[in-house]
Amino acid sequence: MTPPPGSVVRDPGEHLDLALQNGRGGGSEGAPVRTLAVCCADWPVVAIGPPADRPVAVMAAHRVIAASPAARAEGVVAGLRRREAQARCPSVELHDSDESRDVRAFEAVLAALEDLAPRLEVVEAGRCLVPTRGPSRYHGGDRALADKVLAAVRRAVEAELDVAWPVTVGVGIADGPRAAGLVADEARRRASGAAPIVVAPGATAGFLSPLPVSRLEVLGREPAELVDVLRRLGLRTLGRFAALEAPDVLARFGARGADLHQLASGRERLPPLVSAAPVDLRVSMSLDPPADRVDRAAFAAKALADELHRALGSRGLACSRVLVVAGTDAGDRIERLWRADGALSAAAIAQRVRWQLEGWLGSGRTRSRAHGGVDRLELVPDEVRPDDGLQLGFWGGTSEAGERALRALARVQGLVGADRVLVPEWQGGRAPGERYRLVPIDAVDLSARTTTGPEPWPGSLPAPSPAVVWPEPRPVDVLDAAGRRVGVGGRGLISSPPTSVRLNPGAGPAGAAGVASVRAWAGPWCVDERWWDAVGHRRRARLQVVLAGPDGHETAHLLTLEDGRWWLEATYD
Amino acid sequence: MVAGELASDGGAVPREQLRPALRAVPSITRGSIDPVRGDRSEKLARLRELAGDLSPLTLARERSLPVLSSLEELLPDGLQRGSTVAFRGAGSTTLAQAVMAGPTRAGSWAACVGASTMGWAAAVEAGVELERVAVIRSDEGRAPAVLAALVDAFDLVLIGPEHRPDGTEMRRLVARARERGAVLLKLADHPGRGSRVDGGGAGPGPDVELVCESSSWSGPGEGWGSLLARRVTISVRGRRGFDRPRRVDLWLPSPDR
Repeated sequence: MTPPPGSVVRDPGEHLDLALQNGRGGGSEGAPVRTLAVCCADWPVVAIGPPADRPVAVMAAHRVIAASPAARAEGVVAGLRRREAQARCPSVELHDSDESRDVRAFEAVLAALEDLAPRLEVVEAGRCLVPTRGPSRYHGGDRALADKVLAAVRRAVEAELDVAWPVTVGVGIADGPRAAGLVADEARRRASGAAPIVVAPGATAGFLSPLPVSRLEVLGREPAELVDVLRRLGLRTLGRFAALEAPDVLARFGARGADLHQLASGRERLPPLVSAAPVDLRVSMSLDPPADRVDRAAFAAKALADELHRALGSRGLACSRVLVVAGTDAGDRIERLWRADGALSAAAIAQRVRWQLEGWLGSGRTRSRAHGGVDRLELVPDEVRPDDGLQLGFWGGTSEAGERALRALARVQGLVGADRVLVPEWQGGRAPGERYRLVPIDAVDLSARTTTGPEPWPGSLPAPSPAVVWPEPRPVDVLDAAGRRVGVGGRGLISSPPTSVRLNPGAGPAGAAGVASVRAWAGPWCVDERWWDAVGHRRRARLQVVLAGPDGHETAHLLTLEDGRWWLEATYD
Repeated sequence: MVAGELASDGGAVPREQLRPALRAVPSITRGSIDPVRGDRSEKLARLRELAGDLSPLTLARERSLPVLSSLEELLPDGLQRGSTVAFRGAGSTTLAQAVMAGPTRAGSWAACVGASTMGWAAAVEAGVELERVAVIRSDEGRAPAVLAALVDAFDLVLIGPEHRPDGTEMRRLVARARERGAVLLKLADHPGRGSRVDGGGAGPGPDVELVCESSSWSGPGEGWGSLLARRVTISVRGRRGFDRPRRVDLWLPSPDR
């Protein structure tokens, strides 16, 4: 088998045959697929592409997940909170994580690797897999292939993405995709990924055995939970874990634990033995007129993903690897294999189609590699296995009400646009309006969304929170008994007790209706945010006032003093 | 169409009253009343129509959505499906959030339109399950179509103060909600906003109107303490079991959280 260069255009049927060959063909029955894994360090930062001397970090869920070399030199490492990162490096530039940006940038690397090997599996941005059976023979052995891959990735990062600093890339070859992932991770850590690591066939267990169990965390969320238990049991290396009796592991940790135990012992989970390739499960649709914008095509892909999900679900199957094929009216075609450790949910499949199209049609820093608009989409479930309950539908469950709601929301998205259908997500913060933010429904994984946070947030006002938060604060006047404007001093003390509040100062002196007398008040609570930062520095004082209204109606408001002006921030309606 | 009227009108119509109407159905479809006209396809169409009209009857036990126990005095039978609830007065947002809490916790889905000022932190404190809440930011022109789509699928549809449907639109929405078994929650404009006058009197009146009449806060004093709780007097009036106006005193938010 020879990989023709630039082999983007191929028949998906052929692909399935290839998958079968790679999975079980050739050598001894049941041997794991020899796989090469590529693992790029700090990919979210590479995707942003800052200059070498600018400290940049990317945050997800209030933790640093990636940092540029300049930030690392100042001590910013993964896992820090926002405030800790800023304390270590005050000039650090913090970005929110954006998976689609990451994948768009990774597309440049994938395009370079396609010239070396025809068949790539993308795990996530910055990590991909190549089954080595054909490519190794073509390029003259595992070692030669690994060297070529490493050079190609480096070149692509430097040339296509204009990243000036050396990006750490780990390349590893081992028996089985997940073991290869662990080896590549090790190669990345050792000597900054200067040399790829090739583990000889059958030697994978021996190589993995001295590694700490925490390395399993790179495989996903569920292994990460197991790691914690293992560590508390005193099993600190993968070798110690592998030494346990398999039945004991199964009894204590269930199927998922037994699966990882197999991995640690060098026996990869085998591709399921399906006698017939599930060709009938592929779903496709043609778009007429062709979609020239990514969001239109991605919108169509969502319905397609749902259809595939339903078709799989009705057979009790889940899909852990899906082939996404897109074609344009000008005859271009692109296909990508996406792999996930667990089963891919409908939302996850739709998200991957979107990423692929974004990378392909080009946006941001990447160039378009396609001509014309997308007129055909096809999803092929490439690796299916019995659904063991991992699979989640949209909204984290498959209640009938939820599915109905989601269908209606898809219709509403068509009416008002995808970015105006939102769901609340917890993000934390001091101000009442910061605690939750509204995010477009397409931008979040609904099954993994956080809707409550660890309360209370330090520095925030105690409950109850205001039921109405004004999107634009409105100016108000806070006056004391003598009619003077009330201020708050540098020591956080109020100049004189407030007695009246004018809610509409613009209405002029005649607008007496806007003046309400203060029945009770509390505060001020001072907030001094980002005092080290000339731009983001904010000093505010908050005041709760209860205003007496006509016939026993009391209203409570949250007022904010900033730069000598009072604002109505929120109302306890 | 006696049965149809009963079905679409009655919130809690006892089954016994509907028996005669149900008995009438097969006789019509068999053609005993109208034996001359109509071939088979016409009869089938008629049967389908009747089945559609009657289908809410079989869902009688699902005809109301649960509310929090603290609101049982206010809404003793829960939220009647297909009804419209209007909120007015200072404190109406918190009250609406508390009303949304029960159904969203029990698995219902809520959609909010025209409610960009909603404080979600307060909604969580009121007990709303945010996992089943969607917010639609729609412009005035598209809101009718959006609301129609939402009423079809969501159990709770909240119309915030920024969207004020006119009489025709409201009538259409109410009819649709009644047919689909959704509950419409309508928030009147917030008094603090001031400038605009609520002119939504043209449409059909709501089934239940909850008006916050007086409220008093406890917690803050002269520069000490912080807001803790509020005692609100709510007057309840409306149709369908709410025809006698009542006054209920409630803690909103309650001091023991």
